[in-house]
Amino acid sequence: MTDIIIQTWSWWFSGAMIAAIMFFLLFFGQSFGFSSNLRTICAASGLGKQVKFFDFNWRSQIWNLVFLIGAILGGLIARQYLSTDSPIQISQETIRDLGILGFAAPESLQPKELFSWEALSSVKGFLVLALGGLMVGFGSRYAGGCTSGHAISGLSDLQIPSLLAVVGFFVGGLVMTFLIFPLIF
Amino acid sequence: MAKSEAISWFRIQEMFRFQAFHMYGIIGTAVVLGVAGVSLIKKFKIRDYHGNPIVFHPKDKSITRYLLGGSVFGLGWALSGACPGPMVVNIGYGYFSMAIVFFFALVGTYLYGLIRHKLPH
Repeated sequence: MTDIIIQTWSWWFSGAMIAAIMFFLLFFGQSFGFSSNLRTICAASGLGKQVKFFDFNWRSQIWNLVFLIGAILGGLIARQYLSTDSPIQISQETIRDLGILGFAAPESLQPKELFSWEALSSVKGFLVLALGGLMVGFGSRYAGGCTSGHAISGLSDLQIPSLLAVVGFFVGGLVMTFLIFPLIF
Repeated sequence: MAKSEAISWFRIQEMFRFQAFHMYGIIGTAVVLGVAGVSLIKKFKIRDYHGNPIVFHPKDKSITRYLLGGSVFGLGWALSGACPGPMVVNIGYGYFSMAIVFFFALVGTYLYGLIRHKLPH
């Protein structure tokens, strides 16, 4: 039984869990959208005094910050108690394509070329992480949601704006992967 | 998320290169079940545990903000390999570099708040 939990979860189980989380939040009168937390944290830091966009009753969003803490704990538990530490099994084509860009085959969940301390302490490595985060934060608020708010919640409600946002996610993702990666890596 | 490797940069690359079904399977399953569940909630007017009707707020009508904002998000998603939720799961998992990514996501959100009235929506 524990084997089933410890080995990598199948896509359908993970997908079903995500849908279950969304319905759980709906049942408790909330909605599933993670990037709102970024705005909430800005508001809670007192930035509402300078910028009107952050001037709202952030305390009503504390439940979502609790969800954020839960997500951190989830990662911790997955690491401490449920991990096998085996390299992840991505497709051979991806390993080959990333190899051309200078990435070694996966040894763990994340590439050491980007997430190790050595990478972080280099100027380029730091810029990659910083710019990546900056664009995710800026883009998710500009588009009014991220993967959870648009791709899961919005598409589940068959909303056209969410479909447009997901199209945008892929436009940006494909431009980065196929046009910008060869220039920077 | 961690256990299905959806928090992995490698998995996001695999997705954007259309070289595996994994991420599409995860998101697809969630959306198919989501569509079914949401239509049931609407059909049977299911209430939440407070007894209030479950309402779905239609998002503002616009094309520009979703395509432009979505594209900026996509650029960042492919580069850092994480959307906001998986960032914090990664921090819990021990990838502390993700704290930098998360911090700059906050800066990005702040920047949007600062210049949003100048952007086309």
